[in-house]
Amino acid sequence: MSDQFEPVIIGFTCNWCSYRAADMAGMGRIKYAPNIRLIRLMCSGRLDPTFVIKAFAGGADGVLVSGCHPGDCHYIEQNYKAMRRFYLLKKLLTQMGIEPGRLKLLWASAAEGQIFADEVTKFTEEVRALGPLHWNPTAALEAESAFHQPAEVAA
Amino acid sequence: MSKERIGVYVCHCGSNIAGTVDVAEVSRWAGEALKDRGVVVSRDYKFMCSSLGQELIQKDIQEQGLTRVVVAACSPHLHEQTFRNACKEGGLNPYLCELVSIREQCSWIHPDKAVGTEKAKAIVSGGVEKVIWDEPLEPLRVPINPVTLVVGGGIAGIQAALEVANAGYPVIMVEREPSIGGHMAQFDKTFPTLDCAACILTPRMVEVGSHPNVKLFTYAEVTNVSGYVGNFQVTIKQKARSVDTDLCTGCGICQEKCPKKVIDPVFEAGLGYRKAVYTPFPQAVPKYPVIDRENCTYFLKGTCRACEKFCPTGAIDFTQEDEYFTVDVGQIILATGWDLFDARRIPQYGYGRLANVFTSLEFERLTNAAGPTGGKVVLRDGVTVPKSVAIIHCVGSRDKNYNPYCSAICCMQSLKFAHLVHERTGAEVYNFYIDMRTPAKGYEEFYQRVLEEGTHFIRGKVAEITDAARYPGEEGKLIVQAENTLVGKQMRVPVDMVILSAALEPRHDFKEVARLFGISCSEEGWLIERHPKLDPVATMTEGIYIAGCAQGPKDIPASVAQGAAAAARVVGKIQQKEITMEPIRASINQDKCSGCRICNNMCPFNAISFIEDRMVSEVNPALCQGCGTCVAACPAGAISGTVFSDQAILAQLDGLLLNNLKAIDLTPA
Repeated sequence: MSDQFEPVIIGFTCNWCSYRAADMAGMGRIKYAPNIRLIRLMCSGRLDPTFVIKAFAGGADGVLVSGCHPGDCHYIEQNYKAMRRFYLLKKLLTQMGIEPGRLKLLWASAAEGQIFADEVTKFTEEVRALGPLHWNPTAALEAESAFHQPAEVAA
Repeated sequence: MSKERIGVYVCHCGSNIAGTVDVAEVSRWAGEALKDRGVVVSRDYKFMCSSLGQELIQKDIQEQGLTRVVVAACSPHLHEQTFRNACKEGGLNPYLCELVSIREQCSWIHPDKAVGTEKAKAIVSGGVEKVIWDEPLEPLRVPINPVTLVVGGGIAGIQAALEVANAGYPVIMVEREPSIGGHMAQFDKTFPTLDCAACILTPRMVEVGSHPNVKLFTYAEVTNVSGYVGNFQVTIKQKARSVDTDLCTGCGICQEKCPKKVIDPVFEAGLGYRKAVYTPFPQAVPKYPVIDRENCTYFLKGTCRACEKFCPTGAIDFTQEDEYFTVDVGQIILATGWDLFDARRIPQYGYGRLANVFTSLEFERLTNAAGPTGGKVVLRDGVTVPKSVAIIHCVGSRDKNYNPYCSAICCMQSLKFAHLVHERTGAEVYNFYIDMRTPAKGYEEFYQRVLEEGTHFIRGKVAEITDAARYPGEEGKLIVQAENTLVGKQMRVPVDMVILSAALEPRHDFKEVARLFGISCSEEGWLIERHPKLDPVATMTEGIYIAGCAQGPKDIPASVAQGAAAAARVVGKIQQKEITMEPIRASINQDKCSGCRICNNMCPFNAISFIEDRMVSEVNPALCQGCGTCVAACPAGAISGTVFSDQAILAQLDGLLLNNLKAIDLTPA
């Protein structure tokens, strides 16, 4: 391997569509970027925003959230909740100094192995272009406490 | 540090994993690097799923006192159950076993062995961290309702319904059209034996209609499905028949007297007429007609009522309205069938523009003794017998512009057509094919028979069908322009009639069907089976099965086989009397719950209710499906989900990022 930066990406996939899309990509022997490591949830609605923050805090350079297509959710509509949390997280990450491009939402049905593989490769390249995250929340907390707010603002 | 004793098993899967992942290295690494995490045994083995592989795990559980097991092999969707059972046999609670995928998500997608090995290590590490948090669980048991719903009354649905009903269990069949029978009822002959479709189908239809265990709803649709395996609630919409089935005797006088003739686009494939009050065909089951309100003169103009006047039993009821009712069923078989490819989408074939270009279904009706021409093969004018006929295979299938798949039945259907044209008209027949596919029993023999009958076979895809004559002898004919690829020559074949063997396509409303029943469909729209080889009739959704062409194009024998297979699965489940369900459920810690009710609205299954007197929410485990949305939403962290708890997911995350090796504590002090 060359010296290029290899980002670590955590992918949260739902049991019914996107995890199966990953299975489908494998069964089709579709080659894609090896940087992603998947966590299976029952539903993308299970995604606690904390998981994403923890992933970044733990050393991930990018996080993929993937679920069934809108309207196709195995649990009727829970992927919409994941979508809302995704937009919330985007805002939150910006405020925390993390490029929102490090978080991606992907709808993939169980049949869309090719799409899953292509999107993972694309996302890996996007994160690679952003460079390593080096995000240490402890340091960030320290920086925050070191910054003394003027009393009138704090009030 | 973990106090668990964990066993890690890395599977070679022959060369499927070992080819691109150094499995021995992964297992060695897990044994050393994850020793502090509680790994006491780490092995690699050729085929973990084999009985010897499973015995390996069982032996270690007993001899090494393992309290947790991680298997790194294929997708949990393939073998999770296998390894859970292996653990159970070995005396370990099955839910203390994690299967992590290093095949579908690693060895099969990364050609580089070094990269694959590193990723496999991370995946194993994630599994080890997660398994520490797994809890021993018992599968949930719920009683199963023995009533089965069959959606679709074609041959696949009929077979399924009869198998279940004959086993002694109640069946509810819902069919959209006024009669069951499906596409098979439209055919005259069936390949390769040429037995008459009606002769073999109608007795089955009658059996369904009169079976004491079958409740038949025709002219009806399923509009809503809720619940889960064993306990579905299904809402059925019974469209207004405008005929009181309690009074109607099926005498047919109303159809005789109805003055309104309508082109029948469904049963007659647009080739023939029916009345505004009609049964699609004389042997319809049930025998009761329906009034097509869009075309009935009374409903359009407010006068006529001829049917009402002549009905000897007073069964006509113009005031009927659509009725909705809910039934409880335990399992569902979907046999929703197929739609014919719209040949107008290939304009160069001229269907809809050139009169004597027919689709396969139109030709089926032409040859049918009960069809609009009484079985005479004639041109669109209704009298002229064709002297030459071209049959075009693969119209809209095996064509990347339309459908990439093979429709499976067109070759045999086209051979049947060739034979019927020969038999009934003595015309010259030209079959234009891409490849001849006759793989089932007796099919190749039928091909040989048609060859010997003198049909011309031209290997080549037809470029155009035109009525523009260019050479003498082409005037007034349809000219089929194609390349004979065996000879390497362009050819123009003038014929009187062209039959397009159009593709089988998924039902136009496949998306709604998939959504309604909570199952998935392929890119083209065929419903997806649980496993393409080993589980072809079950779906990813427990309790919902598929049969016939809804799953993919197939011929009658295959549809019947699938219908019977789905029924066997259903009956097997009913006989168990109860269903075991994954114990993936949410539960609320009543001490932590603040009663904010945020979770109440999160649940699509209404499984969470608020207990007024205690001011806390509670999960009904019978209704909970385990999606975990409420777990993620609870601001107090009062809800926990089994199998996928916060701790387990976060631990897996740490494992995947290999932070478990660094002993960093990220939790704030």
